[in-house]
Amino acid sequence: MADIKDIILGVCPQVTFEDNEVLTAVVPDADWHAVAAAIHNAGYRWLTALIGEDFGDALGCVYYFTSTVDNSKISAKVTTTDRENPMIHSVSDLWKDALLEEREVFDFFGIKFINHPDMRRLYLRNDWVGYPLRKDYDENPEINPVRLFHEAIDDTTTVYEEKDGKVVERKADVFTADEYVVNIGPQHPATHGVLRFRTSLDGEEIKKIDLVCGYIHRGIEKLSEKLTYPQSTHFFDRMDYFSALPNEHCLCACVEKALGIEVPRRAQVIRVLVDELSRIASHLLFFGTYCMDLGATTALFYGLRERETILDILEETCGARMSFNYDVVGGVREDLHPNFVKRVKDFIPQMRKGLKEYHTLVSGNVIFRNRLVGVGMLTKDDAISYGVAGPSGRASGWHCDVRKVNPYSIYSELDFDEVIMEGCDSFDRYMVRMKEIEQSLKIIEQLIDNIPEGDFVAKVPKIIKLPVGHWYQEVEACRGAFGVYIDSRGEKTPYRMKVNGTCLRLAGIVDHITRGEKIADLITIGGSLDYVVPEIDR
Amino acid sequence: MEVKIKGMKKEDFNDNEYLDNLVEELKANGQNVVVGKLDQLINWGRSNSLWPLTFATSCCGIEFICLGAARYDMARFGFEVARSSPRQADFMMVAGTIVHRMAPVFRRLYEQLAEPKYVIAVGGCAISGGPFRKSYHVVKGIDTIVPVDVYIPGCPPRPEAMFYGLMQLQRKVKVERFFGGVNRKKTREDFFRENPEIAKEEHVQE
Repeated sequence: MADIKDIILGVCPQVTFEDNEVLTAVVPDADWHAVAAAIHNAGYRWLTALIGEDFGDALGCVYYFTSTVDNSKISAKVTTTDRENPMIHSVSDLWKDALLEEREVFDFFGIKFINHPDMRRLYLRNDWVGYPLRKDYDENPEINPVRLFHEAIDDTTTVYEEKDGKVVERKADVFTADEYVVNIGPQHPATHGVLRFRTSLDGEEIKKIDLVCGYIHRGIEKLSEKLTYPQSTHFFDRMDYFSALPNEHCLCACVEKALGIEVPRRAQVIRVLVDELSRIASHLLFFGTYCMDLGATTALFYGLRERETILDILEETCGARMSFNYDVVGGVREDLHPNFVKRVKDFIPQMRKGLKEYHTLVSGNVIFRNRLVGVGMLTKDDAISYGVAGPSGRASGWHCDVRKVNPYSIYSELDFDEVIMEGCDSFDRYMVRMKEIEQSLKIIEQLIDNIPEGDFVAKVPKIIKLPVGHWYQEVEACRGAFGVYIDSRGEKTPYRMKVNGTCLRLAGIVDHITRGEKIADLITIGGSLDYVVPEIDR
Repeated sequence: MEVKIKGMKKEDFNDNEYLDNLVEELKANGQNVVVGKLDQLINWGRSNSLWPLTFATSCCGIEFICLGAARYDMARFGFEVARSSPRQADFMMVAGTIVHRMAPVFRRLYEQLAEPKYVIAVGGCAISGGPFRKSYHVVKGIDTIVPVDVYIPGCPPRPEAMFYGLMQLQRKVKVERFFGGVNRKKTREDFFRENPEIAKEEHVQE
């Protein structure tokens, strides 16, 4: 689509273009909403990333859009020089996943989004002072000490509306006084971590859910700004700890792209092998915990049995059970353990047998099916608009597997199917994951006998300095697209590193798809989305 | 009086002096035979049926799940079931980072545990903030908020390490005096006395 430039210039002639890795349109804020609408109409239905950034002289956002027609990418940049009261127009009416993403930017940078329906902090307490990801943020612990009293409950929110060219501040209700609100979480066994839902009920039916996150917000993005690239790899193990290896792969691939490092073939194959192994392990844990949420505790033991075998294999090679820190810039840290090939070969038939067992035990069970089939319907359009990529999006018929639509590493040479199902319900979300295990096994089978000899790590400079510029790299992690955005000013450390996972979008969709469902189904629906809370909060 | 754990010798444990000192203290104060025996009986029962609270914020929590599953199976040691309600649990495995927003919630959960209660800090994050210590939003060690009985270092600690920590807690429970005054090193009141700031904040603001 070469004419996207013309479309944008047709709407707003003041737009300038930067030639980057992807085409970047620098748009003045006054015309931003009109330009965004034009981009949306041109087929860019997926807001892949929304990155807030403090550019030093200005505050602003970088947007990445992916076309659902031809999978091309386009980027836009909107800035404001006002540091006291920065404002940018919201695009949350066009792309629904901006609803939470813009709140995140407001939380970290203090940028207020005009016409956003709910401008509250997302991660930090509502009595937090300052905006932590700004460059001039004061980290003095006396300003924000550990407060041991609970924050005030917020039932009202602020809206910045534009009327006749002027921005008016208005209060709006999150919940009205006569609504019956039940609190679920943060300490609840079925929220898969410390996530909190404030659920408004009408009898047994859910009217609205207010998502409260930040109970495990560790400030990884800010920490990364002070660390060199190799030093920040280990954070990627500890965000989405089930897809630790794909996440590390993403960061390393982004740095390699920026430096132009060619990764040796052997390292590529090793990376794909361990990525797929961890994908299987992740889906197995999903299987176990999901069944446990539904009351089938036995299934947890079955799922974890196979998972332990994978952990043993990975432990031999990577040296840890969970936080591997295995991928390094240019390749992998250690060569494969001599037992690796044999143990993986033993594992493949074991896993196939296990899968059969799971299907007999769980998938065909009447109670299990009755609780899942037709529950939590997510249409394809909603999935795209809310950015729900990964297995959950593929269960709604959306082709969004990054390994297929935007292949990285050696995935384009491999023979495997993108699992797509059309059921749109919780059961299909479960089945997609089960079938993905089979596909991962297929990938492993193709590679395990063909691991080429050679170096497992490329020669990289001792001190890794990225040139000036910004890069965005995506991989398919276990829960969907996982992206890393690096803005470098030529230093050893990134100027801004944004981690863009799917889990925030998965949690964001809960409100939308549970409306009108029974409260007992909240667990079923939430579990079927399979979010990992530390990745939401980062 | 000797603290015994089935299947593991005393020399194999570290930090034995801590327990020896407690035993010395008990001996020095003298103890009635009947009450002493009753104490031993009760502590035998208590130490072998310690129930954890399901409390996990991040990575360490997954190792905690593995601990409960078939391969490691903590039920063998008497940590029979993880309870989801603090009112039914004996101790709390703090598995994962505690951040500013979670701190009051965590604190309330601790207060909701029934006495006698214990806290185990699992992993680097709970002990000191771990890899996130320099973050603006992370509590630098949960022992700044609640008293901690056992520390299990690691990131995340292996299930075997967790067992070791749990056994150390059992040993601690075994030397406790159930009748006639608790001899735990640090009570809740002591903790508040040492940390007046925390005590103040809790009562003023809620």
